[in-house]
Amino acid sequence: MPKTKAKVTDDSSPELMIVAKGLTKTYGDFVAVDGINFEVKKGEAFGLLGPNGAGKSTTMKMIASTSQRSGGELTILGKDPNQHGPEIRAHLGVVPQQDNLDRELKVWENLMTYGRFFGLKSAWLKTKIDELLEFAQLEDKRNVKTEELSGGMKRRLTIARGLVNEPEILMLDEPTTGLDPQARHILWDRLFRLKEVGVTLVITTHYMDEAEQLCDRLVVMDKGKIMAEGSPAELIKTYSSKEVLEVRFGSDNNKTMAKQLKGIGDRLEILPDRILVYTEDGEAALKKILAAGMHPITSLVRRSSLEDVFLRLTGRTLVD
Amino acid sequence: MSTIHKNWQGAAKLIDPTTPMRWGAFYVAEFRIRGMLKWAAAIVAFGLGNPVMYLLSIGVGIGAMVNNSQGSHGIDGVPYLTFLAPALLATAAIQGAMDEVTFPTIEGFVWTKMFYSINNTAISSKQIVDGVMLSAMARCVLQVMLYELILVAFGALPLASLPILTLASLLAGWGFAAVMLSVTVFIKDDDGFFAIVGRFILTPMFMFSGTYFPLAALPIWLQWIGWVSPVWHATDLGRALSYGHKVEPWLLVVHVVYLAAIGVVGMATAYPQFKKRLAE
Repeated sequence: MPKTKAKVTDDSSPELMIVAKGLTKTYGDFVAVDGINFEVKKGEAFGLLGPNGAGKSTTMKMIASTSQRSGGELTILGKDPNQHGPEIRAHLGVVPQQDNLDRELKVWENLMTYGRFFGLKSAWLKTKIDELLEFAQLEDKRNVKTEELSGGMKRRLTIARGLVNEPEILMLDEPTTGLDPQARHILWDRLFRLKEVGVTLVITTHYMDEAEQLCDRLVVMDKGKIMAEGSPAELIKTYSSKEVLEVRFGSDNNKTMAKQLKGIGDRLEILPDRILVYTEDGEAALKKILAAGMHPITSLVRRSSLEDVFLRLTGRTLVD
Repeated sequence: MSTIHKNWQGAAKLIDPTTPMRWGAFYVAEFRIRGMLKWAAAIVAFGLGNPVMYLLSIGVGIGAMVNNSQGSHGIDGVPYLTFLAPALLATAAIQGAMDEVTFPTIEGFVWTKMFYSINNTAISSKQIVDGVMLSAMARCVLQVMLYELILVAFGALPLASLPILTLASLLAGWGFAAVMLSVTVFIKDDDGFFAIVGRFILTPMFMFSGTYFPLAALPIWLQWIGWVSPVWHATDLGRALSYGHKVEPWLLVVHVVYLAAIGVVGMATAYPQFKKRLAE
């Protein structure tokens, strides 16, 4: 692909790690990924955001060079995964959605055997394992069989395992599912620091806070298509208002009250349990509602989030 | 800043993809053997205990009755123990190799899904197949040698026949393991599979393969089980190599070709199926 190559060697633009053009994956009649386009630059944290079944994991598998595309073009680290799968995979780190560790091997043995798959020497791996255990806060679990670890520990070990070859691109499929809030924040911090050493991150998530914290840029996916692309701030600015006022009138009343709310705020979103009022000034909107004689059971003013972007784009909430 | 960030070199510098692309099968075997070593004591105890048990119960116990009624060289011109030994060896080789391809394959695809994470590295699906087979053959060699040790100690195998018998046993183990590998790759999540295969395929295969008595002693309508059974081909071959059991030269060729052929067909089926399943 001469076009891409010209871009890569161009000094003014950063190195492109992943280029997808019209990328498609079908299973029989079912179109899992429907002609998507995106580029990921070196050192970027790129997010795929969307509900279950949006095509995120399928896209990840194609980038991971284990699942062949049905159509379109895909270039990873300058190579076509259909032709150079093993070479590309040698430089990737993959953290699958489900922790697939060996249950009978000890924690350190899981890291050791995984490192061996990249042809790394045992002696080098011994020091690497110390670093990885520190990274995953599992130093004191070194000699424990993985089946005895808690869910959060397994998750951290799987992530550490994905770093054993010091990947150029680290792919994380729902990285912090099952982690407690504190562990999530520590992990985010450590992943963020990987970017400083030049690692490119590709992350799928359905957690808004995770996407906002981690991703420099993201695409919102739904039904195999990309609905929008940009930084979290850009997306919020483009597709939502500055603030959101959430009011509840009780499940049965929300629909009828929504009619009376017309004209307040820029836009309304009626959910089964609450009404969202999109506005530049949430407090002012609430005052108007109260002045009009309406009395919501609860009210909350918050900043717009990616959740609102998603709702706007798809008409659905992210976590169904 | 933690040490991982400080010492970071990056895969571009650190990893030469040609190394795993060349040696990947051995890395997979290394991984499998590491797992097997967790059961090393059981593998050795089974490897030594089983032949001792068979030799004492069937070889010595039933052998005494057989020798009483048929004379001390009444079966195929040799003592019963000598007749039985090559069959036990063939059975052990096949069983040992089979165990190390079936369970790890279900584990790799279903229970732990480790095959998928191996495939996320530079390792290809073909290397996973080869690595699993290599480790199964390592187990097979160990099993065969432990059996030979016991069988020689009981005077049931001539020492000089060991090298060629070992090779023949490995061929049989590889052939049947390849078939089982190509079958196991299709299993989605059914734990009951082994019970069915065990009861309806393996048990008859071991019972009707001329293990404890010559195949010709069975009515002709049961003998076909032996003809399709790798256990019979391996047993008959083993008897020829061990004590010079009389076999037509063409049948000897059939034994070797049959065992090799099921191996080739098994591997040829396993490779594309592993690839397909890993891409799912």
